Amino acid sequence: MNTPEAACRASEGAMSIRDVGKIYDPEGVHVVALKNCSLEIAAGEFVAIVGPSGCGKSTLLNTIAGFDGLTSGEILLDGEPLATVDKDPSPGPDRVVVFQHGALFPWKTVLENVTYGPVAQGAMSEEAANKRAQEMLSRVGLNDIETSYPGQLSSGMQRRVEIIRALINNPKVLLLDEPFRAMDTVTKSASHQYLLELYDATGKTIFFITHDLEEAIFLADKVLVMTTRPGYIKKTLQVNLPRPRQYSMLASEEFLAMKAQLVEAVHEEAVKAFEAGEREMA
Amino acid sequence: MARAATMNGASVAYKMRKFLASKHFTRGTLAVIGFFVLWQAGSMGLMPFMHAIPTPVTVAEAFWEFMGTGKYWQSWMDSTLRVTYGFVAAQILGIPLGLGMGWNRNFKDFTYPLFELMRPIPPLAWVPVSILFWPTNESSIAFITFIGAFFTIVVNVLGGVSAIPRQLVDAAVSFGASPRQVFWRIVLPATIPSIVTGMMVGIGITWNVVIAAEMIAGNTGLGRLTWEAYLAGHTPGIIVGMISIGLAGYVSSMAVKMIGDWLMPWKKVF
Amino acid sequence: MNPYIVLGLLLMAVLAVGAWQQKKKAHLYEISWGHQIRKTLTSRSFLLQLGGFVAFVVVWELTVKTFSLPWFSRLPGPWECLLEWLSPDPDYGISIYTEDYYTHIIYSTYRATTAFVLATLLGVPMGLLMGWSRKFYDYSYPLVELIRPIPPLAWVPLAILILPGDEPAVIFVTFLVAFFVTALNTLLGVESIDESYFRAARCLGADKRRLLFDVVLPGAMPFIFTGLQISMGAAWFSLVAGEMIAAQYGLGFLIWDSYSLIQYPVIVIGMATLGVIGWVSSAAVRSVGRKLMAWRERELYGS
Repeated sequence: MNTPEAACRASEGAMSIRDVGKIYDPEGVHVVALKNCSLEIAAGEFVAIVGPSGCGKSTLLNTIAGFDGLTSGEILLDGEPLATVDKDPSPGPDRVVVFQHGALFPWKTVLENVTYGPVAQGAMSEEAANKRAQEMLSRVGLNDIETSYPGQLSSGMQRRVEIIRALINNPKVLLLDEPFRAMDTVTKSASHQYLLELYDATGKTIFFITHDLEEAIFLADKVLVMTTRPGYIKKTLQVNLPRPRQYSMLASEEFLAMKAQLVEAVHEEAVKAFEAGEREMA
Repeated sequence: MARAATMNGASVAYKMRKFLASKHFTRGTLAVIGFFVLWQAGSMGLMPFMHAIPTPVTVAEAFWEFMGTGKYWQSWMDSTLRVTYGFVAAQILGIPLGLGMGWNRNFKDFTYPLFELMRPIPPLAWVPVSILFWPTNESSIAFITFIGAFFTIVVNVLGGVSAIPRQLVDAAVSFGASPRQVFWRIVLPATIPSIVTGMMVGIGITWNVVIAAEMIAGNTGLGRLTWEAYLAGHTPGIIVGMISIGLAGYVSSMAVKMIGDWLMPWKKVF
Repeated sequence: MNPYIVLGLLLMAVLAVGAWQQKKKAHLYEISWGHQIRKTLTSRSFLLQLGGFVAFVVVWELTVKTFSLPWFSRLPGPWECLLEWLSPDPDYGISIYTEDYYTHIIYSTYRATTAFVLATLLGVPMGLLMGWSRKFYDYSYPLVELIRPIPPLAWVPLAILILPGDEPAVIFVTFLVAFFVTALNTLLGVESIDESYFRAARCLGADKRRLLFDVVLPGAMPFIFTGLQISMGAAWFSLVAGEMIAAQYGLGFLIWDSYSLIQYPVIVIGMATLGVIGWVSSAAVRSVGRKLMAWRERELYGS
């Protein structure tokens, strides 16, 4: 599957997150969600972030996406400041999010959903967008559903459409917030296959949040473990499995060794988070 | 964490302080002040339609005057009693009816079509029939008030019972609960939120109904007070009546809300 | 036409509609009409429903006419009302054959529709704006809360004073109740929209105006239509009161006037007519809602 996008692999979408801090102050109680959180993402890299629930994973994604401001540090995209303390957060089509529970507009058909970005930005005429959308959908085997509403599709299909809706904008970075969380094992593994194929074809930078460790290793080039609040990157695991990834790799010794390392690191944080939770409830 | 924090008294006070200092509060205050300024300007003849309306100051004076009369407080008393009778009767009859309809299929089949037939008839259309039927004026107004709250509570309770997750009942049965236990321990508690919703909506309707019924066919009460002020051409009195009715409705909604909080301790946030 | 024939025709129409709905429910099983009707007529559910209805009418007739129990004896009986309603030559001048009957219906329907349409045209945008702009919400919500606790019917005397004539006053109070219901349900609808949809739209490059039309409006649609259904009911509710207090025509006026003129069967005719019109109007709102929210319908029945 050779595509025009693949040509620009690794030329854009490098992100550098420097000393980012985020403090919430909703009820007069300081909640330090992120503290001195730093990481580098190379252009075209697939990065997965793991950590216990309630750590700052989603907060980090929200600051990158521009849904939330940050209270210290800065985020750069290809050298340009994306978010700083002074800059009002603003989301944009250069970094599109695929949401945890899915956010296809239920009141729009599949085609209207996919063409939404280009049409809203005024980047394409409606006909051009329709044509492009149909092309992209049929290339990934999603034919004959253009006039369906999302509610009529299976969850796996919905997520695939949502990824296409993001990719049609030709974003520099794709932000995925636990997109396969609620899926059963079978749908999940099919979705992995699908995402990997798209990644291999387009070479987009991908920022992927999950708490499924196997998923993280299987998909990513680099797995980062985040601490419980205040969140920062505690451990970086380079995944050197060759691409394209095969399911047989899941049983390889290399894979299992990496998983063991991650389990240990995450477990420590999970216990900390759990105990902190107990203290808060008391 | 956020939830734990709201339960803590100190942070509630903090939240309150923060709200009072926020621009949202400032804007709200400005809007209310603006409303009174416009009202004053309107009554002074600076706006169309409104020259017939007395100024806020005149209304405040009339309010003071009313509060000095026994008749004013008697009106409060009468309307409140009518609302209470009708409302309480509607709950006493409506809640079991709704539960029965949701619980027993045959009972629902027997009563539901009739219920649906009567429901679209506006409560005030019952006024003449009610006067014909009931021996006293008082009981006929209470009956119309009852009609106002009755259909709402039944619809809400029925909806609540039908929405009880099947697993809850199945779980109880698998632990060996008898039908009677299932009803008292599962169905009734699970329906309480719907009962409270029905009561909240119902109390609003009840005040609406009682005011109109008093205007149409009453001798006393806040609705009658307002109507008499109209007949006497005493415009400040009309507005005093309206404000009093608004207050009465507001206070009773609060009371029902408190009952709701008491019935549902698990939903209480503050 | 003989009232008995009309009655028979009405009953047949009711049966046909009932059978048709049963058939629609069972369309997957492809059951023949004859079988379907036989099955419906003999089903326990149908018999109970019919039984409940018949029991009500019989008790009504027995208490009011046959035994003339105290209190009940002053009410008109069901048979008397039905015959009057269907009579070509009614004793009190109101039946399905008289022009007056339709004049009252038209007046009430006209007022309710005007108020409902006005309330929708103003209430939906108001609710959307309140949900869409925090600033607008901050300014308007306290005012809404200031005025809302006053029951709309308490406005009747003031409305008569301010507005030129009774007619606008009646429409105004009807409008008022429908307006608040619509605006607040719309606001509730906007607040119910999952934050992800706003975020997704902003990610994809939507500006504030697009958010309003692509997310806020369609997302709030289910609540808006729930609100419109309630508002339709509330409109009829206040309209009847308004007409009883201050109008010359309309079903509310008819009911109250018949009471004063001791034409009791007409009261029941008026009530029944109000019930039917009220039911039809909320069914109409429901079906418009279903048309506009095809995406929801398909979600429920599709897949």
